[in-house]
Amino acid sequence: MFDSTTISMIGQGTLDTLYMTIVSTVMGYVLGIPLGIALTVTDSTGLRPNSVIYKILDLITNILRSVPFLILLVLVSPLTKLIVGKSYGSSATIVPLVISAAPFIGRMVESSLKEVDNGVIEAAKSMGASTVTIIRRVLLVEARTSLLIGMTIAFGTILGYSAMAGTLGGGGLGDIAIRYGYYRYEADIMVVTTFLLVILVMVMQNLGMKLSKVIDKRLIN
Amino acid sequence: MNKIIRVVNVSKKFKGKEGEFIALNNINLEIGEGDIYGIIGMSGAGKSTLVRCLNFLEVPTQGTVYIQDKDLRSMKEKELLEMRKGVSMIFQHFNLLMQKNVVDNICFPLLISGYSKKDAKKRAYELLKIVDLDEKATSYPAQLSGGQKQRVAIARALASNPKILLCDEATSALDPQTTQSILALLKQINKEYGITIVIITHEMDVIQQICSHVAILDHGNLVETGSVTEIFTSPKTKEAKRLIYNGDTRVEEMKGKRCIRIVFSENSSFEPVIANMILECKAPVNILLADTRDIGGRAAGEMILQLPQDEETANKMIEYLKSRKLAVEEVKDYV
Repeated sequence: MFDSTTISMIGQGTLDTLYMTIVSTVMGYVLGIPLGIALTVTDSTGLRPNSVIYKILDLITNILRSVPFLILLVLVSPLTKLIVGKSYGSSATIVPLVISAAPFIGRMVESSLKEVDNGVIEAAKSMGASTVTIIRRVLLVEARTSLLIGMTIAFGTILGYSAMAGTLGGGGLGDIAIRYGYYRYEADIMVVTTFLLVILVMVMQNLGMKLSKVIDKRLIN
Repeated sequence: MNKIIRVVNVSKKFKGKEGEFIALNNINLEIGEGDIYGIIGMSGAGKSTLVRCLNFLEVPTQGTVYIQDKDLRSMKEKELLEMRKGVSMIFQHFNLLMQKNVVDNICFPLLISGYSKKDAKKRAYELLKIVDLDEKATSYPAQLSGGQKQRVAIARALASNPKILLCDEATSALDPQTTQSILALLKQINKEYGITIVIITHEMDVIQQICSHVAILDHGNLVETGSVTEIFTSPKTKEAKRLIYNGDTRVEEMKGKRCIRIVFSENSSFEPVIANMILECKAPVNILLADTRDIGGRAAGEMILQLPQDEETANKMIEYLKSRKLAVEEVKDYV
């Protein structure tokens, strides 16, 4: 039903979406994990309570999380231009995606790390483990299932945001859906691209959940 | 004897929503090298806080602790971490890494101490032999029983060759038989390696079985200390008496699995059937359900009884009830 140009455009769109989502997720985690760790450790019940640092990080995180993504996309476009050289296209979308995802990921990492049993942390302390050791060998290890589930959720959310960036020329499947489906009333293209987005999220979701079960040793297999 | 642990004027206050809470009030305690020292008290007496003060996991509000004559309060962070490698701890809920297998759990303190992965593994297998669990090396904690988990925790605690082992209610989550085997293991460790053991518990039985000395803690105060024989034969304070006599008069729990349902229909209301049966068979039964009333001088209704574990006595009871013209039927899975 589609000609080869349309098919290759949709194929390229899928790749662009994956590219934006994966790179943004990875970079979001590069920033989000340290943020989540810092939030966990400096909280009043954490390993190194520090209310000043906690409150500052908490505030920044909350502010960034409350700015609607499309507004953020416009707000950071000067920064995007500075980093990528242009403010449209897939690579450019990564900048606002990361800025939006990092605090969100930081919160998820924080909540995963806080699930770790206090008793195990205390046991590590009683063995003379330093704070860094406890973070590396206890918190991140014991919380890995929850972290992976969080990553699955983050991937889905970021994919959704990347599609939203399509309204402002963000590239990828969302862009195609808006340009062809919405502006040109080519409903079939919109349906196909939306369908592909759904499939992508579902595949990642199932993969993440399956993997998290495999690595979870708390369950008796 | 050499005092390996000295607690000097230790107080610990917590700030809560309703003001200050005094968890420990001016505690002074000396523990000799190679002792198995018990600290007993009701829940909320401050035992867990006290044991955490011994390795400064809780820093006392006042006073200090000396481990091998070294003042913990004067130590810097790094020295404290180093000190803790010589003072191991085991817990009520074992506190193992759930995502790591048995060997990796035992390797944990070794890796902290700078062992190479290979050496740590080798030592972990040796430790598993000591706690008699070598066949579970690659199991995960979720696959182990409570007793086995505590054995892993003990192996992990021994990994750094500690001088002192702190046990925080280490047997409280275990059944009586497993408790016995863990206590035997602790005793063996104390004997073979000369490790001083401090045991926190609320169970007098535990103290009686393995401790040489005991301290009694009540509402944050140390009320009595001494050798276990001394305190058992002549407890001086009322807290000590309460703990010791409580242990002796405790009613044994019914363990029988067999339950019967009996139906009264022909007996006189004035015949004490159950009491007579107990007197006849010289064993107690547990009344799980009773619904009887007097209808014109005759007893009517039903009861469910839990019979003693001993088969012979249980059978005798059923025979007795049948001879008194009661309908008797066994009910499955009532307890």
